[in-house]
Order: sequence, then C-alpha cells, then structure tokens
Amino acid sequence: MTILIKGGQVVDPGRVNGPADVLIENGKIAAVGPKLKAPADAKVIDATGKVVTPGFIDLHVHFREPGFEYKETIQSGTAAAVAGGFTSVCCMPNTSPVNDNQSITEFILEKARAAGNANVFPVGAITKGSEGKELAEIGDLRRAGCVAISDDGLPVMNSLVMRRAMEYAIAFDVPVVDHCEDLHLSEGGCMNEGLVSTQLGLPGVPAAAEDVMVARNLALAELTGARLHLAHLSTAGSVRMVRDAKTRGIKVTAEACPHHFMLTEEAVCGYNTHAKMNPPLRTGADVQAIKDGLRDGTIDVIATDHAPHASQEKQQEFAAAPNGIVGLETAWPLTLTLVEEGVLSLEAAVAKLTTEPAKAFGLKKGTLAPGADADVVISDLHEGWEVDPACFRSKSRNTPFAGWKVKGRVTTTIVGGRVVYEA
Amino acid sequence: MSFKHKHLLGIAPLSAEEIMLILETADSFKEVSGREIKKVPALRGKTVVNLFFEPSTRTRTSFELAAKRLSADVINFSPSNSSVVKGETLLDTARNIEAMQADLIVLRHPAAGAAETLARGVKSSVINAGDGWHEHPTQALLDLYTLREKKRDFKGLRVAIVGDVAHSRVARSNILALTKVGADVRVVGPRTMMPYGIERLGVRLYDKLDEGLRGVDVIMMLRLQLERQGRALFPTIREYSRLYGLTAERLKLAEAGALVMHPGPINRGVEIAPDVADSFSSVILDQVTNGVAVRMGILYLLSGANG
Amino acid sequence: MIAHDKKHEKLIMDAGEVTRALTRIAHEILERNKGTRELALVGIRTGGVHLAHRLVKRIHEIEHTKVPIGELDITLYRDDLALRKEQPILKTTKVPFNISDLKVVLVDDVLFTGRTIRAAMDGLMDLGRPAEIQLAVLVDRGHRQLPIKATYIGKNIPTAGDEVVQVFLEESGEEDRVVIRQGGSS
Repeated sequence: MTILIKGGQVVDPGRVNGPADVLIENGKIAAVGPKLKAPADAKVIDATGKVVTPGFIDLHVHFREPGFEYKETIQSGTAAAVAGGFTSVCCMPNTSPVNDNQSITEFILEKARAAGNANVFPVGAITKGSEGKELAEIGDLRRAGCVAISDDGLPVMNSLVMRRAMEYAIAFDVPVVDHCEDLHLSEGGCMNEGLVSTQLGLPGVPAAAEDVMVARNLALAELTGARLHLAHLSTAGSVRMVRDAKTRGIKVTAEACPHHFMLTEEAVCGYNTHAKMNPPLRTGADVQAIKDGLRDGTIDVIATDHAPHASQEKQQEFAAAPNGIVGLETAWPLTLTLVEEGVLSLEAAVAKLTTEPAKAFGLKKGTLAPGADADVVISDLHEGWEVDPACFRSKSRNTPFAGWKVKGRVTTTIVGGRVVYEA
Repeated sequence: MSFKHKHLLGIAPLSAEEIMLILETADSFKEVSGREIKKVPALRGKTVVNLFFEPSTRTRTSFELAAKRLSADVINFSPSNSSVVKGETLLDTARNIEAMQADLIVLRHPAAGAAETLARGVKSSVINAGDGWHEHPTQALLDLYTLREKKRDFKGLRVAIVGDVAHSRVARSNILALTKVGADVRVVGPRTMMPYGIERLGVRLYDKLDEGLRGVDVIMMLRLQLERQGRALFPTIREYSRLYGLTAERLKLAEAGALVMHPGPINRGVEIAPDVADSFSSVILDQVTNGVAVRMGILYLLSGANG
Repeated sequence: MIAHDKKHEKLIMDAGEVTRALTRIAHEILERNKGTRELALVGIRTGGVHLAHRLVKRIHEIEHTKVPIGELDITLYRDDLALRKEQPILKTTKVPFNISDLKVVLVDDVLFTGRTIRAAMDGLMDLGRPAEIQLAVLVDRGHRQLPIKATYIGKNIPTAGDEVVQVFLEESGEEDRVVIRQGGSS
C-alpha cells in the first residue's frame, strides 16, 4: 500500500525539520521532501497544520502478559501504545512467569504479531526468575529477540552478580538496564522520604536509595566497559552522577518518565494512590534537575514505565496499593509541555522519543530516512483535550493526570506502512 | 460557631477554635458521666460501628462507652487477619458495614491514610482511632483536655514529647494540636526515631534528654515499641532507657509541678522508672475518664444529619 | 445578636409588669407548695435561668429561706437533633443537688409548642426522681403541639404562629420587657 502524507511539518531529528511530504511504499519510507507526487491509488493523508514525526519508541513498558492479563494484555497494551503515538515498545520481563527464557520471549513476540499494533521488542531478565542470584540465559534471550536485559521491578542487589551480568552481556551487545534502588534503604517505604511523608505518616524512601545504586552501577560500568542504561531516574543526585560519568566516557544512557518531570511528592497528599509509583515522586528540586538533565542531554530518553493496575487494586489504603501508573496515552502531550516551557526544542523533544531510544537499545527505528521502516506519527500540536481514563485503550485507568487539560494529540499512527490508529 | 466537618480524620484539618469547641463540648459530657444515670438520648437510634483492624482494648472500650452513654447502638468489628488474607479489602469490609446503616464508623487500621480512604468510599461519618503512623486525633484531644484541666492556659506552655516520634501517631497528632493552640513544643529522642523535617512542623529537636527536659511544664513520654528493636533504630533497650528513660533525677530538670503523661501502656523501667510511674498514676486515670467525655463530644458533634 | 429595632416591636409587658408578675408567681409557688420545704427551682437554659434566680431571690425576701437552684441545658434531649445538619452548641447543666423526692419547679421565659418542656422533663428524669414537676413561665403564647400545661403563668398572650415573642432582661444588658415581633427573623 502506498501512502502520501501531505502538507505537514516533518520533524525527523537530525535530518529534516520543516514542511515536507512523506511517501510510504511497501511498508518503508520511500521519500521525504516538498511536493511529492504519489500514484493515483495512493492513500493521501492531509497533514496540513500537523506535525509528522517518526513513530515514538518507549523503552520501558509493562504489558503484564503472561500472568496478569486482567491488568493489561499485549493486545491492549500495544493498542494503547499506538493511540499514544508509540510504534515500538520494549516490554519488561516481570511477567509471571518472568521472561528469563526463549519460550516466553517467543510467546510475547507471537502475541505482538497477532495484535498487529505496535512493534514489541522484549527485554529479557538479567537473572533467573529475576531473583538476583544466577544469570539468565542471556545469549538465548538475545537470539530469541530480546534487545536488552533487566530485572526491572527489582534492582540487582548483589554487586558481583551485576558485574558478571555486565561483562557477560558485552558479547551480545545488549545494554544492561538497572532499576536503581537499594532495597535495604527503601525497605517499607511507599513514597519519597521528605516533609510530605512526615506529614502523612507514611514510611519514606530516601533519594539516597536511588543514588547509592546509580553510583554502584556507574562504577561497575566503568570497570567492565559494558553498556549501562539507567531506568526511570528520579533524583538530582542521579542526574549529577550520570552527567559526570558521561564526561569521563562511561557508556551510560539514562531515561526519565513524564511523571518525574511533571509532578512532585505533593501529588500524594490525600493519600492519592495514583501518585504512588517506584521510584516515587520527589521534590521540586529533583524535578528541576530532571528537566536540566533532559535539556543538556544527560538524560537521553523519555520513557513511560507504563504500569497498568486494576482499579480495585489502586482503591486500597496507600501502603497496600501497588506501585505504578499507565503512561502510553499521556506521554506525548506531557513531553510537549517541556517544549512549551522552553526546556526542549520540538526537535529535541521528538529525539528523546525516537532517535535517542533507538540509539540506546540499538533499534533500527526512530527515523524517517528513506528505506527505514514506515513507522510514522502525525500529531496536532494545537489541539487541546482533557485526559479521560475512561477513553483509554489500555485495560487500566490508573493515572494521576485524569481531568488534566493538555495540548497536543496524536491523530494518526502508522506502523510498517499500515494505519493502525486514527483519532 | 458550629462544627462543620463530616469526619474526624486527624488534627490537621481542625482550627484552634474547633479544637477548643471540642474541649468545651466535652465539659458537658464529663458532667453527664458524673451523674447517677450516665446516659443522654442525643444519639438515640444511631448506629456506631467500631472497626478495629488492630487490637486495642482501651480505645475501643472508650468509644464503646462513649457511644452507649449517648444512647447509640454499638457494633464491634475486629476483622481477623484471615478475612484480609481471603482478599476482602478495607473498602469491601466497610461497604458491608455501611449496609447495616452505620451512622458513624470508628476506624483503627495499621495503614496511614486508611481513615481518609474509608471516608471517601462510604456515606457514614468516619472517626480515625489511629491509622498507622499518621494520626490519633482523639488521643491528642483527650491529652489536651487533661492539660486544660491541670494547666489552664496553652499559650506558651512548654511541652516535651519524648521517644519514638517517627512511628508515633500520638506524637504527630499532639504536635499538631499543641502548636495550633499556641504551646511551645519540643521533641526529644535519638535521631533514628525522628521523621524527616520534623522541625518544619514547628517544634525544636533535642537528641539529649537532659537538655530537652530543662524548664518544661509537660513531659509526654511515648511508648517504646520493643518489637522495633530489630530494625536498627536503637542498639539495645538498656542503652535506650539509660539515655532517654525518665527518672526522678531527670524529672527535677523540668519546671516544679511539671505534668508527666503517657498514652499507655507503659513499659515500666524502659521509658519511665517505676518510682516515677507510680507517682503519676492518677493522671492516667484522669485520662481514661476524660477520654470517654472527649469521645462523647466528638460523636455528638459529628452526628448531625448526613447530607 | 440582632439589632433591637424598637420601632417594629409591640410592647406586651413593661419592666413594672414583669416585676409584678414575678412577685405574684413567687407567692403562688409558696402558696401551692405550702412553703419552701422540699422545693427546688430549675431554670431552663437560656431563657429561664435569670428568671429562676429572680424567683429564688423573691422567695428569700418573703420566706427568708434560700431555695436550691439549678440550671438545665436541654440540648441533648431535643427531639430535632437527628434532623439538624450541624449539632447545636452545648451549654452545661449545673444541678448541684439531688432532685429525687423534691418538688421541682421548672422555669422558662416563653411557653410555646411545649417541646422544650418535654425535653426538660426528660432531662430532669435522668438526674433523679422528683416527687413533682411544676412549671412556671413568664409568658404563655399558646400553639401547644404537645399536651403540656404551665402551673404558674405571668401573662397569657394570644399570638399568630409566625409572630415572635421575645423576653428581654436587665441581666442581659437590656430593659426588662416582653415584646412581639412580626414573623421572619428571630
């Protein structure tokens, strides 16, 4: 099928940033340029007044299948993804059973193919069962299709195991992704340790719990020369250490989630379980540090850590509610607020969701270069809308942004040259 | 003025005037408790449910007595751990209770915020009888009532709260209440037991007991939860009681006639030396009587027609 | 407090008439009860308290005996507590003697529907078992909703349902008088 996207402003980071048409043929980008001509039977999409970008890539989602299908399935999760403009997602292995072997990886890929929405690139476990003791069959996971390894949900507490995982992973050219949390320091905590946790009487997780592990991981990355990717950074300390590590040539990439640059720990007031996630929302100073990190490139990537949970699970008392919020369908307008604030240019913002994640995980995605896969997103940056969880494509509704009036909406999502979502 | 709140979830939402209104209302009920017939029909036909997820004989009995003296019907619910294991959540339990047309629910629960979560999910009025480390408003109100009887004026009253402040809902509620009515509050204890930023709540922090007790009018001792010993908060009970236990000599550092209070039950020889504990046992009995009066006052003020 | 706009009041009893009525009631109480033996007065908050004190003083002037006096707050016995959104403020009850076996004269300023007196009787019953309860009111304005009758009445005033009868006393910083206002604010 041939598609011509006409009259839009193309933002293809590092390549094009201006008015242009995009021609798609046989699932690939055929051409990008002004006033392109298309065959008579082509589908023409009028993108006047809209922005055309490569499809977004989310390096960090939780799709809950196999094991927790009541929260989300690969089908509903990828539907949510394309509704949010994400054409490729990397799903974390903390399913049940954990994705620490080839069969689970193949199961996930098969489900993704059947759903026919976004591309799914599984992340395999670092250790068997993510128990942090013995390495998983990383070579096999790579061959089956995993693009990175992580025990996300959990850190790898044992530094020797983490060192070996990093050394071993070099042979397969996969980044090692760590969820940086010292479980002893964070023990019992359910929100940031600070003035709000004192007022609410909730056990807190100090910022140091993250900083300590970031420091350890950077030291190990320096020792081993491995590719380290730090998931969902939330503290000023983490950003500072990553900035320093990069100047010294350590191979580290870092990720931040929209909720960590949009909200502070104040969002928990009233025991709002939709503001409960791990790592927790921190202070205004941490939010500013995340924004500074995004601006100067210390933080390479914006990812959602999309974590669906059923309503009755979130309706419990705060300490009992599970951690996490959904994020695929709100990430783009929230990222655009950074453009509005002047933290990022539009091109830089798009890069955080396309070229940078592709580079971090070695994916051949995130670009509109001729010959690339035709994963394209068309958005109306001026359209204002209200976040209504009842309209989410995800099975779950757990978001702190319900009722927010936001600007910037995905109007069309194309994966492999097929329109998979239209607003 | 009138009491416009539907729930009593904590001291935090109350103004100083509302706190004084509760104390003044309790005066009338203390008088009722002094009569031959210790009953008034004010809550006749209302149903009060005590929903206690944590064991507590004293607080529960106090609420039960308060409700019965107001002629309300009382039901006691202590969900055993097994119903929680079966997957029945706090809200499920509460909705079952609401189906009994409960007018007021008194909730004690180990999770901070449980009372607020419950209040959002039911139509009844909710009284927080202790939620995790967060607040225990009726305890603070009865402490203030006792202080008012004995010390009259709150403004400038120097109060030292000693012990595990971080894990104490009684401490949090008392800090809030006392600072609202103008008292001068300090907290004393090892830094491992002080929550982050406690000074920002308007109190001074002392990690040495002798300095902390100098010149105070009131000493509120908190119970040391012995089960916490394993969590690196303090090395041994022996060291804790040597450094932070209230002895007769230390008591002399305070103002003459300083009042010693303890929410109970006392670990004799740990927080308080036995001779000191014996000498102020009368205040504890007062606190029991006052507790019923204060709780009657709160049940009364919350029992208006629910919209 | 509302402003006392004397223009819209109709004077029913002036200071002199109030004093004479109370004197007569004091004599009637003594006559009916054959003296002050086993007699007690309880003023209903807030309208009846000052009147009860005045009656005790008048009785003392006549019989040279101090009759025990109490103050009763009937708020907790009201029949409309369940209907009100916000609970009324409590004032305390001070009856510092045992009322059992005594002849208790309840004192109130205005007798209207009778509900206050019903509540006062329930309140008294919780304090003990009086031998008799009698009722003295300065004004009886009719419109009873319960079968209640005053034993001693200062003045009978027929009123319309929407009119308001107010008693002002020196003890509250006003001139002694009883007035009727048209309906509405009270």
